[in-house]
Amino acid sequence: MHWTSWQEFLTMRGYGLYVWGSFGACAAGMILEPLLLNQRWRSLQSRLPHEKDDV
Amino acid sequence: MSNSVINWFKYASPSSFYPLAGRLIPYFSLAAVLLMALGLWLGLFVAPTDAQQSEGYRIIFVHVPASWMSMFIYCVMAFWSALGLAFNTRLSGMMTAALAPTGALFAFLSLWTGALWGKPMWGAWWVWDARLTSQLILFFLYLGFIALQSAIDDPRRADRAGALLALVGVVNVPIIYFSVQWWNTLHQGASVSLTKAPSMAHIMLLGMLIMALGFWAYTIAMALKRVRCIILERELTSEWIKRNALD
Repeated sequence: MHWTSWQEFLTMRGYGLYVWGSFGACAAGMILEPLLLNQRWRSLQSRLPHEKDDV
Repeated sequence: MSNSVINWFKYASPSSFYPLAGRLIPYFSLAAVLLMALGLWLGLFVAPTDAQQSEGYRIIFVHVPASWMSMFIYCVMAFWSALGLAFNTRLSGMMTAALAPTGALFAFLSLWTGALWGKPMWGAWWVWDARLTSQLILFFLYLGFIALQSAIDDPRRADRAGALLALVGVVNVPIIYFSVQWWNTLHQGASVSLTKAPSMAHIMLLGMLIMALGFWAYTIAMALKRVRCIILERELTSEWIKRNALD
């Protein structure tokens, strides 16, 4: 482990904005997409001829 | 056909692919979570500081996998499109449509993380260089595909129009890939190549490859989940869905 403190990890030795801005955007996109898909899935389930969790 | 041969065409029908996709989703989701957790741990805690770029280089662990996936997904879309146009299989168009939003997300993330990397290293969020411009075109191709498909009411016609766009647009992928060789660009050359030794430390390479595998598993899980939604939306009134729902 080359980090000497949490402070250093969080600020990324001055690159914090860029590194966390990148990782954060990826995390946001890759969490939002499955959530939206689940929402679409659930709304479809309610339109099935007979309500069932799976076909 | 003999019984020992798997009948692959069986899965070209939405009604048989639908349950298979449903069974596969949990495995790929789990693989995505585990691989990305391992990749993040390697990338953020194990990989050493870069001599030139200090900690700023760590963007590579999301930038390169997102860029690779954005190009790869478009190639897979072109493959399904060609299959759909050649054999007129319904599932091909559904798979192409299921992949497009995830591909668009990765193309966007590639541009976004690239801008955040470019600013501290080059001093600019954006430059009109061959690599960046061709990647921006890829993002627009994804958006164009999604817009074109949603503008046509008849799903089969939408599939054919989309397939044509995917096949014409795929010519952009080698342009992106080779842009760093063909033109003088600010963007660095390929990080990983089959013909020469990797230009970075092994642990960095390993972290990046594991993240890429995680993004791959994520993409498969999302595409399968979305194709199940698309199948339901398009075939809601068909007999097999009614029959199964009644079981």
